[in-house]
Parts: sequence; C-alpha cells; structure tokens
Amino acid sequence: MIAERDSTAVRGLKQVATALAPFVVLAGLWQLASLGLPRYLVPSLVDVFWRTLDIFADWSQFSSALATAGRIMAGMVGAFVIGVGLAFLMERSTVADKFLGPTLNFFQGIPALSWVVFAIIWFKGVEPRILFIMVVTTLPAFAFQILGALRGMSRDLLEMVLSFRPTRWKMFRTMVLPAILPDILTSWRVNLGNASRVVVVAELVGATGGVGYELLQQQQLFDMAGALAWTLQLVFFVLITQKIISLIETWAFKYRAQSERAI
Amino acid sequence: MSVMEAALAQSGVVEIHFDKVSKTFGREGEGKGVFRAVDDLTLDIHAGEMVAVLGRTGCGKSTMFNMIAGLQEPSTGRVEVKGRNPFAEFDWFRGKMAIVFQNDRLLPWRTAIQNVELGLEMLDRPPEERREIAQGWLSKLGLAGHENDYPHALSGGMRQRVSIARAFATDAGILLCDEPFSALDEMTGNRLRAEFSELVRENGKTAVFITHSIHEALQIGRRIIVLRRPAKIALDERMPLNPSRDEQDAMRARIQDILSE
Repeated sequence: MIAERDSTAVRGLKQVATALAPFVVLAGLWQLASLGLPRYLVPSLVDVFWRTLDIFADWSQFSSALATAGRIMAGMVGAFVIGVGLAFLMERSTVADKFLGPTLNFFQGIPALSWVVFAIIWFKGVEPRILFIMVVTTLPAFAFQILGALRGMSRDLLEMVLSFRPTRWKMFRTMVLPAILPDILTSWRVNLGNASRVVVVAELVGATGGVGYELLQQQQLFDMAGALAWTLQLVFFVLITQKIISLIETWAFKYRAQSERAI
Repeated sequence: MSVMEAALAQSGVVEIHFDKVSKTFGREGEGKGVFRAVDDLTLDIHAGEMVAVLGRTGCGKSTMFNMIAGLQEPSTGRVEVKGRNPFAEFDWFRGKMAIVFQNDRLLPWRTAIQNVELGLEMLDRPPEERREIAQGWLSKLGLAGHENDYPHALSGGMRQRVSIARAFATDAGILLCDEPFSALDEMTGNRLRAEFSELVRENGKTAVFITHSIHEALQIGRRIIVLRRPAKIALDERMPLNPSRDEQDAMRARIQDILSE
C-alpha cells in the first residue's frame, strides 16, 4: 500500500519535472546569455521577475493587463456567438453554405494588420475598433470548427434521438450540444492563442491602455525587462484560461473511456 | 398467448397499413441508377401482432422499417400508422412508437439510467417519475446496480438491454426493431430474444421485427413475412400457437426455398 503510494508520488513528481524541464532550460539559457550581453538587450531574469511583480502590485498597471484580457474575451465571445449562428445556418441551408463558406475563406486570407487599418478608418472609438478586429479575425475559425463538429455528429445517434420525436430545443440539448462540446472547447483553445496574438497588434494602434499599448511604451523606452514582463502578463492569461478549459473538459468528458495504452 | 395479446389480435384493429407502396432512390436523368427498394407493397399489421419481417440483405426491409418510423416517405402509395401518415405527422407519434436499433445507439455522455430516461424527457415527464420508470425497466432487464454506469463500461449485451429498456420505458404501443440482436453472441442473443418476446407479449405491444435470420424470425414472430427483392411479399404466414418442431422445420424449409430463389 505504502509502496504503491510512493510510486504514485514519484510518478507525479516526474510528470511535473518533465513539464517544467523545457522552461527551466530556456530560463537557464536566457540567464546565461544575460551575463555576457548588454542589459538592454538581454536583461537578467531577476529584473524581469521584479518588473512582473511590479505590474501585479500596481493597480494602474495591472488594470491594463486586465483590460487586454477583457478585450480578448469580449472579442472571442462575440466571434463565438456569430460563428455558432453562421455554422448552424450553413449546416441547415445549402444556399447559405455556398455563400458563407467562400466569404469566410476570403476573410481568413486578410491579415490582422489590414483589419487594424480598416478598423481605424471605419470606427471612431478605441474599444469598438479592438472589438471589431478581435471578432473578424477569430470568426472564421470558430464558424468552420463548429460547422465541422455539426457535420461530424453521429448520424446513428441523431436518428435514434429523432425517433423519439424531440422538439428542436430538446434535440439541441440532449444530442447536438453534448456531441459538439468537445469541438467547441477545442475551438476555444485554438482561438485563444490566435486572439492573444491579434489583440497586441490591435492595441498597438490607437489604444491608450492594455498589453499592446504598454509594449509600445517599453519599446520607446528601450526597456527589454518591461517588454518581457508585459508579454508574460499575456502568457499568464492564456495559461490560466487554458487551465480553466482543461478543467471544464475533465468535468464534461468524464464519460469517456480511458485507455491504458497511449496512441 | 396472454389475455391482452389475444384481445388485441382478435380486435382486428389495423395498426400499420401499406397501400400499394413503392419507394425508389435516385431519379431518372440524374446520371445515377434508379433503385427500387420497395415495389407495390400492400400489407396490414394488426394491433398486438408480433411480426417478423425476413429477407436477404438489400431486399428493402430497412426502407419499409424507415417508412413505418416516418423517417422516409413513400415514392408512391400510402403508409398509415394508427390511421395517420407517419412522415407528414411525424410529431403526432411522439410516445406512440419506439425503436430498437441494430446497434444499441446509447448516448455515450449519458449513464445507463439517463439513456433510458431519454424518451420520457421528450414526453415531458417529471424527473422523479422518469427516474422511477427507468429504474424499473433496468431492474426488469437485469441491470440493477448498473444505473450510473456509462455505456463504455457495459458489455454489448448489457448495452443492448439498456436500449430495449429505453424503448419500453415510453410505453409506446408500437415497437419497431431493426435486427437488435444480430451483433450479439448466440447465447446472449437467444436469452435477450426470449426476454424481449416475453416483454412484448406481457405489455400487449404491436411489434415489427426486422431480421435476416430465419432462426430469429421463428423464435420471435407470431406472423412471418418474407420479402423478395424489391420488397415484395413472398410469404405471409401466421405461426400456430406453440408450434411443434415439425411445424417449425416445415416453415424453415419454406423460407429457405424462397430466400434461395
């Protein structure tokens, strides 16, 4: 019993060590480089750590990081809602599919920076500009991923539920939503990375706060430690959100069989 | 024959009616072949009957099944179930018809009991009542103690039992079964067939049982219909009560002759 508990603990430690290893190596290399290179190019990790702590401790700075997080979430929620609507429309109607499919593909080809320019020309306020950029850049991926999930639903299960003559809402609740939930969460995971990259570009142009704006300030001050500290704010946000998604997955997909052997 | 079954069979009420029904797939001039799955089928199934529909693969059994279920519409002719069109009046049949499929088709994200409750949810039954009915059917089918197991944790036979419980739970008058035991091993299949027949008889259901196994048709059907491609009736016989081995052998030989033609 004790031996079993010990081996579980050792396994757990090994997993943590394996997960941390790449970061430790990267940090080590950076710190090594900081010893031989000028501070303004490669600052010591100690400097970066204190700058990061400064941001957390100072509300006026931390609120800037929160503003970026809020913009990412608002943009993603907007894109998700519209994307789900478009995906259902495309699934139900061939005409809509034929029209919207190529349109979304076309949108996907437009670089984020072009949307930034369009947003500046089209919108007056900073927030509407950023929201617009976030929505249009993440919308196609959401729409296509949800559409793929709808089309990939098991026909056998759909037919089975249909045989009970459900109302549309009950069909959605008992069959469609649980069937597409894994893809919904994956689409959030994928788009979160995209959105966190785009938001910085959006905030670089015109925003008076947020990680992008702060990064621009650090660039003007030639403060590499500050630039890294602000970048880490965004990384922390992405990691926390990914963790939340993982927890939702663990809870929502507990019905899945666990295989003892990996693929 | 139970009292209920006898009463229903004698009532002569036509539950399912096919009137010169044909079903074709594909249209001429579209570049694809036209396939006639059902051809001029006329058939009456009475309330309380337990009909085994037998035929070789591709003879149109499933098309006939889908038309009764309201999942497909006849190309010509008329299908009526309880005097109504099951395709056009799809929602009217909510709670009046239940299907047991070839594979169990359990929702993987629902536990055994939640799967059994599915049809009752569609009927807006209160949660406590749903649970009680589902629990009762799972117990009746020997699955007490497995209520909270997810499908992946159940064996093939247990999963099929859950799907039978799901069909019976709604207390629908008509049961449609599409080779529900074909994927099971012989022992489990035989046991489940016997349990299933008993349940259908006890509850006075009208059951249409699609199969390609002569053995299964003889074990389950009180009336045996053999279809020849494209879904034309080649044999339509009522089996005697408690048929002797000779009678069963004679019927088996007749069916084999038709199917080998």
